[in-house]
Amino acid sequence: MRVRLIDLCHARSGDKGDTGNVGLIARKAEYYPIIRKYVTSAAVKKHFDGICLGKVERYELPNLWALNFLLHETLGGGGTRSLKNDAQGKTLSSALLRMEIDVEETIEVRKQ
Amino acid sequence: MKEKIRVASGQGFWGDLPTAPAVQVIEGPTDYLMMDFLAEVTMSIMQKQKRRNPELGYARDLVHIIEQILPVCLEKHIKIISNGGGVNPQGCKKELFAWAKKKGVKGLRIGTVTGDDILSRVDELGNRGFYLRNMETNQSVEEIGHKVLSANVYFGARPIAQALDEGAQIVITGRTTDTALTYAPMIHEFGWSWNDWDKLATGVVAGHILECGGQASGGNFSADWKSVPDLAHIGFPIAEAYPNGDVVITKHEHTGGMVTVQTVKEQLVYEIGDPTNYITPDCIADFTSIQLEQVGKDRVRVAGVKGKPATDSFKVSMSYLDGYTAVGTLTYAWPDALEKAKAADQILRTRLADLGLTFEEIRTEFLGLDSSHGRIAELPNVINEVVLRVGVRDRNHDAVERFGKELAPLILTGPPAVTGFSGGRPKPSEVIAFWPALIPKSAVQPEVVVEEI
Repeated sequence: MRVRLIDLCHARSGDKGDTGNVGLIARKAEYYPIIRKYVTSAAVKKHFDGICLGKVERYELPNLWALNFLLHETLGGGGTRSLKNDAQGKTLSSALLRMEIDVEETIEVRKQ
Repeated sequence: MKEKIRVASGQGFWGDLPTAPAVQVIEGPTDYLMMDFLAEVTMSIMQKQKRRNPELGYARDLVHIIEQILPVCLEKHIKIISNGGGVNPQGCKKELFAWAKKKGVKGLRIGTVTGDDILSRVDELGNRGFYLRNMETNQSVEEIGHKVLSANVYFGARPIAQALDEGAQIVITGRTTDTALTYAPMIHEFGWSWNDWDKLATGVVAGHILECGGQASGGNFSADWKSVPDLAHIGFPIAEAYPNGDVVITKHEHTGGMVTVQTVKEQLVYEIGDPTNYITPDCIADFTSIQLEQVGKDRVRVAGVKGKPATDSFKVSMSYLDGYTAVGTLTYAWPDALEKAKAADQILRTRLADLGLTFEEIRTEFLGLDSSHGRIAELPNVINEVVLRVGVRDRNHDAVERFGKELAPLILTGPPAVTGFSGGRPKPSEVIAFWPALIPKSAVQPEVVVEEI
């Protein structure tokens, strides 16, 4: 089945220089293994193709049902150097929630 | 020893909700009010203010807030801790004392923490072998030598706890970590040892939850923003801490917003790197050990936090001038809103090229369509209006200034149905770049002074 991350997760993003951080949090415990399996660094890098110009690092926080992504070279130089309207990467979180994944497992999803 | 203390968040950044500190001290029980004013760029702004007037260089908003809440704080024995001292905590104290004297306040004890500002010591430290190399690029600090605008060490909770130990009712610091403002009072009250890593790490986690104010109590909440009650009267978060290291995140009753496991989780993952190594001057906290539990309405228990020994270094943040930017906008309305905005952008770029102007970067965005999500965004069928936003960046100030004169003429010499040029000509603003470095803790000493009037 194909699901949109917004139906499985919530998220918050911010900046550290030219690196954006996106914390992706599963809405339910049973969604965590799903996002851990499918929302890989490579998948996120592909989703942000042309936006994230550097590498994507991923860290796991199973205790919070969360993944933390660092998107390098994403904020147009970051801080006061950036010409982007969203120089601080505040909307990267909702951009990630637009991502769709194909899952083999059958899961119950409440449309957000 | 008190059986518990309540540390309340009053400001999450310089410019946060002005009424929040008063609500925290008036509307319910609070023992300490912490207020964070410093972002990285703030220190360079404050240095600039201090260069113009040596009496300034701190957040004057902090003085106004304290003037407003001090009578209540003195009556209820609430202590105030803030890093709003910026690059001149002494100046901030001076203004507060002058005001207190005028109001007839007696016996007020204010502590200041300084020693973090090493702007005038960069050369001296280099001569002593502390080269302040860029920790990301390993470049020598000489690369930016004469352009440095500010240089500050991030101190932890030790000097704040010392000021509290010496009876300060208000502690004004320069650059300390945001989290230290929250856990310094826990160490002061409960006598936690400086190598009780788990307790220190719990304090750090509480600090991270509180340091962005309303972001932990329903603000900017993505899981279900419509479910957050009464954001107009949002109550900022409070850390209720116990001597054994237990912490409950809550907020005052009868305020808006909410504190749930989800609102706390969103703040925990905000602006972190490797969650197993959240490095502070006092310990390293492991965010993968945090256990959260909803233990009541608007009450979330934080437990299980593991800490590791602190490193031998302080982080240093230096800022330097690195060119100029200018940004301007124009609004194009239906019909052909997007096509017209794109045409205007091309006309603008042609005129800039005719002038022989080049820039390190020129960037065009279409607000209302894709400035947030870029090519991930889906375009609507009918575009009623779009905001053309063009920005340039260059080291050449005159080129950036000249760009600013090219936007308004597009109204009468470009595509039709255009408006929204109300902000005036885009002016060059300075690019502040950052230089992160490490310095051995032995090379710099915090200075704590507690004074009474």
